[in-house]
Amino acid sequence: MAKIQPLGDAVAENLRDGDFAAFEGFTHLIPHAAAHEAIRQGRRDLTLVRMTPDIVYDQMVGMGMAKKLVFSYVGNPGVGLLRRVRDAIENGWPNSLEIEEHSHAAMANAYEAGAAGQPIAVFRGYVGAELAEVNANIKSVTCPFTGEKLAAVRSVRPDVSFVHAQKANKKGDVLIEGIIGIQKEAVLAAGRAVVTVEEIVDNFDDVHPNACVLPSWAVTAVCVVPGGAHPSYTHGYYGRDNASYVAWDEISADRDRFKAWMLENVLDASPDDYADRVKSFRSAP
Amino acid sequence: MSGVHPDEMMTIAASRVLNSDDVCFVGIGAPSAACNLARLTHAPDITLIYESGTIGTAPDVLPLSIGDGELCDTAVTTVSVPEMFRYWLQGGRVSIGFLGAAQLDKFGNINTTVIGDYHKPKTRLPGGGGAPEIATSCGEIFITMKQSRRGLVEKIDFVTTFGHGVGGPARENMGLKTKGPTLMVTDLAVWKPDPETKEFTVETLHPGVTREAVQETCGWPVKFSDGLAVTPEPTELELTTLRDLQARTKAAHAGAA
Repeated sequence: MAKIQPLGDAVAENLRDGDFAAFEGFTHLIPHAAAHEAIRQGRRDLTLVRMTPDIVYDQMVGMGMAKKLVFSYVGNPGVGLLRRVRDAIENGWPNSLEIEEHSHAAMANAYEAGAAGQPIAVFRGYVGAELAEVNANIKSVTCPFTGEKLAAVRSVRPDVSFVHAQKANKKGDVLIEGIIGIQKEAVLAAGRAVVTVEEIVDNFDDVHPNACVLPSWAVTAVCVVPGGAHPSYTHGYYGRDNASYVAWDEISADRDRFKAWMLENVLDASPDDYADRVKSFRSAP
Repeated sequence: MSGVHPDEMMTIAASRVLNSDDVCFVGIGAPSAACNLARLTHAPDITLIYESGTIGTAPDVLPLSIGDGELCDTAVTTVSVPEMFRYWLQGGRVSIGFLGAAQLDKFGNINTTVIGDYHKPKTRLPGGGGAPEIATSCGEIFITMKQSRRGLVEKIDFVTTFGHGVGGPARENMGLKTKGPTLMVTDLAVWKPDPETKEFTVETLHPGVTREAVQETCGWPVKFSDGLAVTPEPTELELTTLRDLQARTKAAHAGAA
């Protein structure tokens, strides 16, 4: 059964130095509050995996928490490049960063295979793509039935995954709505899973029978953090703070400005601060 | 075409190649503007798909990311990302993939990964995202990008996304059954691959654009079609619809704060 607990405790109990960790969210439900808590707790030597590492991974890499990044798109969506990740890859600041790069199709298949407990994901992909030549973990297999050559990658099985979701009920079952992305697979592929939610309700009696629900027993911890996805969004609760994504491009362009921003907005902040940040984007209580 | 910006001409010319029957996987940026302009003008029933899993979406403003809430709110259905890539894309249900590019060669191979060496990059770009498999699984690929000597180059630094490889029958030789790039719309011209060599060839010049202007902003010796024509001027409806869409988008992205 999921333990319903404060975010600080859940991160301390579930994220360790050296972990293979996912903070997932495919442009929606990105667990910013959980990642910021991990930054405050100073975890090191993480291998961070995510399909679309955007500004929160830029922050984690810039704070020197990551030794390796596994990804399929490393950018600030609709804005441009990730300047802290670039600084790490191009200049080794604040530390050198190993990368393992895939395509979205490969990562999606790899998470799904991880959730299914398989060691391998097989799909039709990477034809003519040069990534297959620079990433030794991109292989191929021959279909034993048709002889077709297919791409093969290792499944993704994180030590721990963090995701944000709309709500949990009192038992700790979790409901995910809207662009569900890779949230379900990230939780089920991981050894431990921490879910931050906007609220806890009495029950899910009004939920559609085919809704995306993660039963309490499939989740390690549930933490209530209203606004915990900001500046990403939570469908049905508040919209995406696009201006913050745009502003990040400038903040992250300079090492000192970046450090000052992190001090003010992350290191000196707490999980209680997110509700205020989404106030003007709210569509519902 | 006084008063029409080249970017507007590019988006309008790109929108014209889409129809209501198309099922189109939409890349962010220029492709997204063109696809939604088509939907708001001559192709109201076009199915637009974004890789975040939104199928049949009809946003009122252009999304900043491929996963803005607006896409989900207005979609026929929203599926998980693994389902998107497995059932819908790899399953062969998408007729057109519409992509942008940072760097492109004359055979439509695209680089969005690095400038310089992969392991010691001069500039680390975002990477391929969905493009490598969009390019091989969709029935055909349309590309839209602004012309520049840095963008259209003889040799790209990294083949993120396979187009026609070294040209000719390269795709068939690799076992691909889809058509690959069949069209490119830039801010200056509309290009199509030569049927034999697969080298992009200029089919129409946008109004007022010269052959020299196209060559000056392209890194390889440009071939022009024997039947070289002029792209039709934007209509009042196209221009007004596009400008309204851009204005709504700008207001929305400025943020509610």
